[in-house]
Amino acid sequence: MFAWFRTDIIIEYWPLFLQGLRTTLILTAIGIFFGTLLGLFLGLGKIAKVERGLWKWPVQLLIRLPSQIYIGFFRGTPLFVQILLIHFALVPLLIHPDDGLLIQGEWALYLKREYGALISGALALSLNSAAYIAEIFRAGIQSIDRGQFEAARSLGLSYFHTMKSIVIPQAFRRMLPPLGNEAITLLKDSSLVSAIGLAELAYAARTAAGAYARYWEPYLFISVLYLIITLAMSFVVHRLEKRYQAA
Amino acid sequence: MIKVRDLQKFFGSKQVLKDVSCEIKDNEVVCVIGPSGSGKSTFLRCINALETAQGGSIEVDGFSVTSPETDLNKLRAHVGMVFQRFNLFPHKTALENIMLAPMKVKGLSAQEAEAKGQELLARVGLAEKAHSYPNELSGGQQQRVAIARALAMEPQVMLFDEPTSALDPEMVGEVLDVIKSLAHGGKTMVVVTHEMGFARQISDRILFMDQGQIVEQGTPEKIFSSAESERTRTFLSKVLIHR
Repeated sequence: MFAWFRTDIIIEYWPLFLQGLRTTLILTAIGIFFGTLLGLFLGLGKIAKVERGLWKWPVQLLIRLPSQIYIGFFRGTPLFVQILLIHFALVPLLIHPDDGLLIQGEWALYLKREYGALISGALALSLNSAAYIAEIFRAGIQSIDRGQFEAARSLGLSYFHTMKSIVIPQAFRRMLPPLGNEAITLLKDSSLVSAIGLAELAYAARTAAGAYARYWEPYLFISVLYLIITLAMSFVVHRLEKRYQAA
Repeated sequence: MIKVRDLQKFFGSKQVLKDVSCEIKDNEVVCVIGPSGSGKSTFLRCINALETAQGGSIEVDGFSVTSPETDLNKLRAHVGMVFQRFNLFPHKTALENIMLAPMKVKGLSAQEAEAKGQELLARVGLAEKAHSYPNELSGGQQQRVAIARALAMEPQVMLFDEPTSALDPEMVGEVLDVIKSLAHGGKTMVVVTHEMGFARQISDRILFMDQGQIVEQGTPEKIFSSAESERTRTFLSKVLIHR
């Protein structure tokens, strides 16, 4: 029944698929890690508010407003466009042999040649997911009863300690399901990075497909791989939810 | 201990506190009574700056609450507050609820904080509930833990915001008993309450608030038997008639 399915294409390109799988997983892991870290600060930044005193306006203008603009931009424009913008415009500005703002000379040349697309891709996915994760954090934090915040502050706890010990631990339980969704979205969106020539799963499939002019085999194969990973991720998130509910 | 002068507070364009002034002495127990929406709770919340006043001044234990330079965290460490809805931290046990602030704010070691927590739990009659989570406790028990939590900071002033309003009737007594024992122990306390009998029993002085103002104040005897203001008498006749 499946005689038409040419397994030999998958076998021939096996090393490329394997490398692509590795790159996809690395991209996703980097995106989740830095996206969560940056997203936490952005989410807190978006709701940061000082009622009075010296810090009222600095906080408003230097923390709250930039966070809002950042989140608005990355949620309001296509990830595909962001990837192109970052790879062809932002990264060359920062890393360039002649006049890179961050890294110059030999080191820049080496980075660009060996890891150029990986850096851009990982950066784009991290920056993009940070905006979505920031909204998850914001919603999670705002869902916590205001009385919790007031009780902690009334005991003399600082804003920072109140967030760290009281609000965020409670919000985290509620954030798990949407964070799991975001991780799955990130994994799937990482396929867009093939557009800048990064050899992840979708790129491997495109290469194999181009060589044989056969499309079912490579794309079906990577679909199954994506599906296995997303199902595994759902399972892990589900287990975590169960565990934190019990506590 | 507490000095309030010409306090003004607005929610949007609605003025909820108008020219509120009063002075509360060391170890004085003051109950604030009045109809719903009279500004009692807002007044109380201004004292530890959970609400920001738009005008006037508040001084607590030498801290100027209304001055922008005041470190509010330091002020609040001196002012304990008990809320209507308890607001215990649901992800921590009764004991951990009490230990948290002494450790994080005062820098007590875990052993010191635990000893203090156990002692306070015993004082509110809940020694055996140290390791229970809030959702395993009744409302009355939760409120007693909340009182112990506030006391753990050894505050100069205790504020109670309708501490029994969210409780089932049969649990009101156990909470009032704890508050009474504190009052007898000599602590400065401001209690917003609808429990008139309780207010009459523990207060050195009663403030009657209506429409954002302190209409009348005096000893419980004076307020309950010979109030000067018509508004006070009307309010009291309404709340006392059903008893």
